[in-house]
Amino acid sequence: MTASTIDAGRRGLLRFATAGSVDDGKSTLVGRLLHDSKSVLADQLEAVELTSQARGLATPDLSLLVDGLRAEREQGITIDVAYRYFATPARTFILADTPGHVQYTRNTITGASTADAVVILTDARTGVVAQTRRHATVAALVGVRHLVLAVNKIDLVDYDEQVFRRIADEFADYALGLGVPEVTSIPISALHGDNVVARSARIDWYSGPSVLEHLEQLDITQDTADETLRFPVQYVIRPRTADHPDYRGYAGRVAAGTVRPGDPVVALPSGRRSTVLAIDTADGERSSARAGESVTLLLADDLDISRGELIAAAVDAPRPVTEFSATVTHLAERPLRAGTRVLLRHGTTSTRAIVTTIESLLDIDTLATSAAPEALTLNDIAQIGIRVAEPVAVEDFRPGGAVGALLLVDPADGTTLAAGMVGDRPTALRDGRCRPVADATADPDSLPTPGP
Amino acid sequence: MTAVAEPAAAPTGLPSAPDHLRALESEAIHILREVAGQFDRPVILFSGGKDSVVVLHLARKAFHPASIPFSLLHVDTGHNFPEVLSYRDEVVAAGGFRLAVAHVQDWIDDGRLSERPDGTRNPLQTVPLLDTIADQRYDAVIGGARRDEERSRAKERIFSLRDAFGGWDPRRQRPELWDLYNGRHAPGEHVRVFPLSNWTELDVWAYIGAEQIVLPEIYYSHQREVFRRNGMWLAPGEWGGPVGAEQLETRTVRYRTVGDMSCTGAVESEAADVAAVIAEISITRITERGATRADDKLSEAAMEDRKREGYF
Repeated sequence: MTASTIDAGRRGLLRFATAGSVDDGKSTLVGRLLHDSKSVLADQLEAVELTSQARGLATPDLSLLVDGLRAEREQGITIDVAYRYFATPARTFILADTPGHVQYTRNTITGASTADAVVILTDARTGVVAQTRRHATVAALVGVRHLVLAVNKIDLVDYDEQVFRRIADEFADYALGLGVPEVTSIPISALHGDNVVARSARIDWYSGPSVLEHLEQLDITQDTADETLRFPVQYVIRPRTADHPDYRGYAGRVAAGTVRPGDPVVALPSGRRSTVLAIDTADGERSSARAGESVTLLLADDLDISRGELIAAAVDAPRPVTEFSATVTHLAERPLRAGTRVLLRHGTTSTRAIVTTIESLLDIDTLATSAAPEALTLNDIAQIGIRVAEPVAVEDFRPGGAVGALLLVDPADGTTLAAGMVGDRPTALRDGRCRPVADATADPDSLPTPGP
Repeated sequence: MTAVAEPAAAPTGLPSAPDHLRALESEAIHILREVAGQFDRPVILFSGGKDSVVVLHLARKAFHPASIPFSLLHVDTGHNFPEVLSYRDEVVAAGGFRLAVAHVQDWIDDGRLSERPDGTRNPLQTVPLLDTIADQRYDAVIGGARRDEERSRAKERIFSLRDAFGGWDPRRQRPELWDLYNGRHAPGEHVRVFPLSNWTELDVWAYIGAEQIVLPEIYYSHQREVFRRNGMWLAPGEWGGPVGAEQLETRTVRYRTVGDMSCTGAVESEAADVAAVIAEISITRITERGATRADDKLSEAAMEDRKREGYF
């Protein structure tokens, strides 16, 4: 890859996560992706070869490329989410490699929360197992739109097309039922490199792309034309210098929609109204800014807005509330009970809150809910009620997490207790409000965004 | 977060740079603004090395047209390249920044640290760093480390909690979801913040090119007297080289990283500008740390062990 090929015909950044059981060969797949896309450099490979030889292995164990911590290498396991970076002439990738066996929900939800796509590994000999369904469910809960099932070890079932078809059909039924808009299955052998980067000659009945080709081609540009502005204020910029005596800019990142000068906006929860005067950056003023971009907004009126407020389009601004319901994943060892006092992090808001009720527990194998336990423990997914000290402009979670994502934090030591999504995500999935529409021209944003 | 790029619609006023670089820039600016919003006494670790230079550049962009709400800190091993120190001082003077320097030599002089037998001072930076963080009551320490540098760093959070001893416990790390960074910490603890977590070496160079950021000249090809030790080209200096049979010779070199002179090697290179450097590292087969850092070759988990003790 040369500098000149970096820019040509590229599809931009793709963030994806990998998930799978401990024996599904996930580290091998990731190592193979890095190795075969020439993202592994000589000194890294040399280190892997030396360690592999020391362990008496005949071929380099590519999983050693990704298991970064001493304990992981010593125990041959993956403990924590690892981030990897590689680029092909077609695209730049950020890979969140999530371990499968311990704390799977916590790790998978962490990796999937920032992912455009999730690649789930399964063993062709066992097919779709409980863990496969759990990974798919967690990915769907956090709004991932593209799922890939890599059916690994296809060589161990003699490259049998019928085995692959059965697994692919079963997985597609399950994942499409969760409302994931795009589901793809690919037969691979991570160990031998079949269909990971290069297409396999040994799987002649399969005419689709390799895993890497599929990720290179994924279209993640979504039609956000009908989304309206959401802009959480991070910081107020007031230079108070001779050059800028009266400058007051609201620094933040556009969470949803597009902002243009002249747009009528409202700051929440205060409810103060104004108009966007200018969009400022260090590179000069902009005529517009869209979701994901960090800019500074100047308003026509001198409002007293501070960090934690949300600047929203005046037309459909959310209504600040003091009580709401959320789907949360419990991430900490200490249990979470009704009555627990927490800090709520939502957008740039940090406010005192109390867990009022634990409404129900979610069975992520069936999406059925069961009676609420007395306390939530690590990896539980539950529906809970939250009451806040001051009104917060919450609204239902949207894929990507820029709208409706929250954390519950222990005020004493700052531990992140739970991560959540405003609204009732499981019901949204069950009701099919997130179901795919067969018509490819359908607006994808109408799918996963339950209306109020 | 999942920033959605619309390739067709390039808003006016946007400088030309690949989409993914603009996405990384927006992410880093968002992170730096979160630090300003969540902490009382944040500091940027500024050595004059390219990653810290990029962090400072991003901070200036994040708070434009105001000055940055951070002070700067440099832990000076006493074996730094003079070109880098003068660059550091020029940047600080031109920008009107507040820079604190912790001199490792002071810790050696008063007996809190002792020189290592191999003369390397890189690992000695940890104690002065932690002492200064405690003295100055810094609650957020912003660094330019990237996850692609080294495999234990691949597991690092963007907001990384350090205990009262400055230590990093990989098993106690907080899960980090969406773009909600949790900077809450107990008194005495602090948070390390890494805005360039998702950048690669190539991204950093492409950004330096796109933004026309000035770096210390030793990042570019130049003639230098060097000698060979442990497979690396080291520069002579008071730190202790060359010794014995080590021969000085003049080579055309540049540095891929700039750190303590005793363990930072030069690479032979004709790359005299950003474009040439990008072309060079695009085809290189060795990581920047593997090529130029003796301290990371000490053991399979050298970086992890230093991080646990409170290193950058």
